[in-house]
Amino acid sequence: MEIIMSVLAGMLFTAGVYMILQKQILKIIIGTALLSHGAHLFIITMGKLNRGKPPILSEGVTSYVDPLPQALILTSIVISFGVTSFLLVLAYRTYQTNGTDNMEKLRGNDNE
Amino acid sequence: MSNLAILPILLPLLTGIILVFLNKRLPLVRLITRIMVLVNLAVVSIIAFNVIQNGTIVLKAGDWTVPYGIVLVADPLAMLLVVTANIISVACAFYAFKSLDEQRERYYFYPLFQLLIAGVSGAFLTGDLFNLFVFFEVLLIASYGLIVLGGTKEQFRESFKYIIINLFSSMLFVTTVSFLYAVVGTVNMAQLAERVGEVQQDGVLTTIAILLLIVFATKGALFPLYFWLPKSYTVPPTVISALFGALLTKVGVYSILRVFSLIFVYNLSVTHQILLILAGFTLVFGVIGALSTNNVQLIIAYNIIPAVGYMILGIGVFSATALAGTVYYLLHDMIIKAALFFLVGAMVAYAGTSDLRKMGGIIKNQPLLGWLFFIAALALAGLPPFSGFIGKLLILRGAFEEGHYVLGIIGLMTSLLILLSVIRIFINGFWGEPKSEYVPSGNPIKGKILPAAFLLVFTVFLGLGAEFVYPTVQTIADQMVDPINYIDSVMKE
Repeated sequence: MEIIMSVLAGMLFTAGVYMILQKQILKIIIGTALLSHGAHLFIITMGKLNRGKPPILSEGVTSYVDPLPQALILTSIVISFGVTSFLLVLAYRTYQTNGTDNMEKLRGNDNE
Repeated sequence: MSNLAILPILLPLLTGIILVFLNKRLPLVRLITRIMVLVNLAVVSIIAFNVIQNGTIVLKAGDWTVPYGIVLVADPLAMLLVVTANIISVACAFYAFKSLDEQRERYYFYPLFQLLIAGVSGAFLTGDLFNLFVFFEVLLIASYGLIVLGGTKEQFRESFKYIIINLFSSMLFVTTVSFLYAVVGTVNMAQLAERVGEVQQDGVLTTIAILLLIVFATKGALFPLYFWLPKSYTVPPTVISALFGALLTKVGVYSILRVFSLIFVYNLSVTHQILLILAGFTLVFGVIGALSTNNVQLIIAYNIIPAVGYMILGIGVFSATALAGTVYYLLHDMIIKAALFFLVGAMVAYAGTSDLRKMGGIIKNQPLLGWLFFIAALALAGLPPFSGFIGKLLILRGAFEEGHYVLGIIGLMTSLLILLSVIRIFINGFWGEPKSEYVPSGNPIKGKILPAAFLLVFTVFLGLGAEFVYPTVQTIADQMVDPINYIDSVMKE
């Protein structure tokens, strides 16, 4: 199971990097979203997948899920959610102000 | 007692939140900011004094024992940096009143500014690698808000790149932390150091170390990942550039310092060798950038990069002398970068242009600005008796002692070129005759000089009063060479 998840996360990374290298702003944002999904999958996989077990360690319980990655992934999801929505707004404003969403045309000279 | 450690984060955080609600009443916001930055500086100074006198304060959140809960570690290194960050926050707050237009002030400059300080303090204080990521995000999100503040064409253009590159490195950071968790089963820095020491850092851990280095190198603007820095740091208003230049890259450098002096210190021939090579390239390429342009703000922004090179050189050499130099240089560089951005900002405001070729003879009308800039330039290049000298001396002495002659010589040569790059501003901008075809706009700059002078006082103090600061820094470095000191201070009950 861990192997499949790792491969899946790897595929998400590949797709994410490919999208980041595109020229259109929206595609780049989708790329960052894919990247963060890949990262989150990695976190949950690294804590060993134990399905159907509680994330609680108490006396007498021998089989449990590591709760820490779940706490980490939650934090990380919230952050990437916030940043992605900020990025979408920023992309829209960039498009409005600069009149283009092509990164090739967004390279500028000195700001004078 | 241990709860004191959270105050440097909590105070600016609460202030920021309160300021959001008061946003409509600008005079009140200004007053609260003024009071709170001073209160904050006083509080962190007291805590720092306490920590240096009585040893590290460890805050265990919710009273969970160390490896299980979240810890904040206020050790002397972190507290020195927090104090310096707050000195800069005071200067920036007072500079902002005089330099920002009201529109920008209204659009949440002060709350974002306070949140940035909270994030920076948190990153310095945390004793947990995942929390380092969280605080990185806090300060980055505040910086995203600040860098687009005002919304001009150039700001949008450059800030988009800045945000994407930071987002990418953040995601790499999370992934690396999860790798590290899978290998050693903890994210607490003290426990990480202990366990990595037990397994003597095999190949997998060294790979993870390099991944972390890439993450911090992106945040700290190390060769070859500094390309995003110069332009994105010059597009926002001066006070924001100063904040970024003084604080953000230094958090990256601090993270490298922490991770590569505490956790990954068992395979020096790989990790620290890479640090040395990168430091050499960072020094050379950064200073070439600084010499390549006539835009005064860009010259100062490029000068951030060789400074990072010096600090990484000190970490790569990894002897007590060089590490002391790195810490000293870190303190110096935060202050001097903010001061230089302020002075250049005032210069640009006065001349009405940032093109060096259109300036001249400013010192005739603004002698104070000119001489302050001269002092700042000498301090940046590391001439005695100013603060840059001591840090550079220690780093380079460490390099020569450990036999890194080539890097030592590169460091010395770079120093000269840095002096050339800033003294060019002085010679062309301040000396000579005013150029008749370009009339300076003559904006008043009195209020902008005072915060810079305030920072320069600290530069001179760090240089002339080195005997007050240096023993503390040397103690910090002596303890840093052996990770067991940090581990013991955190793990002890």
